[in-house]
Amino acid sequence: MKFITVSGPPSSGKTAVILQVIKALQQRNIDVGVVKFDCLATDDDVLYARHDIPVRKGLAGPLCPDHYFVSNVEECLEWGHSQQLDMLISESAGLCNRCSPHIEGITSVCVIDNLSGIGTPKKIGPMLKTADVVVITKGDIVSQAEREVFASRVAQVNPSALTMHVNGITGQGAYELSTVFFAAPETANLQGFSLRYSMPAALCSYCLGEKRIGKEYQMGNVRKIQLGGVEGAKK
Amino acid sequence: MKQAELFTTPLNQLCARMPELMDFFASFGLEVARNEADIDALLASLSATQTEHLGMTPTQFRIALQDYVAGVEVLDMEQDRVHSIRILPGRDKSGQAEEFELELVPGQIVSIVGPTGSGKSRLLADIEWVAQGDTPTGRRILLNNAQPDTKWRFSTRHKLVAQLSQNMNFVMDLTVEEFIRVHGESRFVPELEQKIKQVLDLANSLAGEPFAATTQITALSGGQSRALMIADIAILSQSPVVLIDEIENAGIERKKALELLVQKEKIVLIATHDPILALLGEKRLVISNGGIKKVITTSAAERENLIELERMDRVLMQLRQRIRNGETLEQL
Repeated sequence: MKFITVSGPPSSGKTAVILQVIKALQQRNIDVGVVKFDCLATDDDVLYARHDIPVRKGLAGPLCPDHYFVSNVEECLEWGHSQQLDMLISESAGLCNRCSPHIEGITSVCVIDNLSGIGTPKKIGPMLKTADVVVITKGDIVSQAEREVFASRVAQVNPSALTMHVNGITGQGAYELSTVFFAAPETANLQGFSLRYSMPAALCSYCLGEKRIGKEYQMGNVRKIQLGGVEGAKK
Repeated sequence: MKQAELFTTPLNQLCARMPELMDFFASFGLEVARNEADIDALLASLSATQTEHLGMTPTQFRIALQDYVAGVEVLDMEQDRVHSIRILPGRDKSGQAEEFELELVPGQIVSIVGPTGSGKSRLLADIEWVAQGDTPTGRRILLNNAQPDTKWRFSTRHKLVAQLSQNMNFVMDLTVEEFIRVHGESRFVPELEQKIKQVLDLANSLAGEPFAATTQITALSGGQSRALMIADIAILSQSPVVLIDEIENAGIERKKALELLVQKEKIVLIATHDPILALLGEKRLVISNGGIKKVITTSAAERENLIELERMDRVLMQLRQRIRNGETLEQL
């Protein structure tokens, strides 16, 4: 079975792109399933099911969705095998831009949209910078120049990636992207695999449910902001 | 630049040789123009926070740097001109073989007609992806009568098709001048100041109502936006093909815009059902059920009729102007 991780900021068009890609793959009789990771709620599983795509969802709840993803990714692969899928796609929302869901040796896709602003590529961490494929969406509603500028900003932070433009609504570019998905290696399981980059670090008192504000309640991995000039700033 | 050189040359010298590198480092929060260390010394000197800001491991960063330099060098190397795009027939959605011969050359206008869903986007995607019998249509695209280099498919910097449609808007928070500059810089365009002025002047010659360099691009009217987009494509875009998807006849001199693109040696494809635009093309591709069904060459009689159509269009435009001026149309 081929395994592909798709991630990207919220509302960048991940689900629309995946649906279009699967449509193109199904025409070639390739069985594709999806595991959708989200935080609190998602209706995307209904959307996939409506297109007769085998789907499972995982809600991270109070945990970092990335940590939740990596703790469950092997089980997802097992599920994919049990469904006798040819390809399994994991979809995870990148919520804090420090997300790092990509795995060495697994085709990794980051979906990012033209409307997010040209400053966005450099604000996104490993999710974009270590991806093999960057899919840029919503190109049909911005100017050619803005598309070119945006793509060049993506190329600045990830010059090694294959960058593609896909229209999630009309499906333009999805067939082409599906050939890239199909070229992914066969993956039996993830034993011995590792993440491309460490995930966002945590483990402080707030991770464990602390709600009170104040130094005396802050324990564990705590980092303080450097504002500078606090004493001299008053006039 | 040799790999060894890249990793052993002091960063200030590297940046002097390839100023584009400053953009690369800046996007990782690194200021290196005056740094006399080499890349490994820089990576070793970073604080934990700065390393975290890289968003990738030092090894991954070195690879990214190599690939970035390779990308810039390709861009500098050549502007290989496309002087012919040949489309070899494939099949329609029912598997029926297409029968046509088609070669697109710079300076040519070709219109594409057919109902929604007939396969216009697919044709365009075939060109953009330089299809090699590996798309649903089975078509093949030859560039300059040869099998194309894969860079046309995979490189961000070499895109065959620039697109313009009625649905496109500007979304950046920039003035017209800043916008043209940002675009030019992203393509490392030489003599940028001069180009900025050219784009601005051209855009104003196409727009019904003029606008200033200091106008915010998001505040431009539909016609002004379209005019700026076309002028920008004509002067700054390197894509040999321009696809125009149904532009409305308001606030922009469409014929002049097309002439401009033709002068700039672009291959212009127009998806349109507007009779004037369609007849401005030398040929019309008729698309249905996913295939090119017919290639109509604009006849002498049609060209003759175009003159009449343009007269009718002018009459309508005058009426439009009168409505704008608050006049009545009781007398035409």
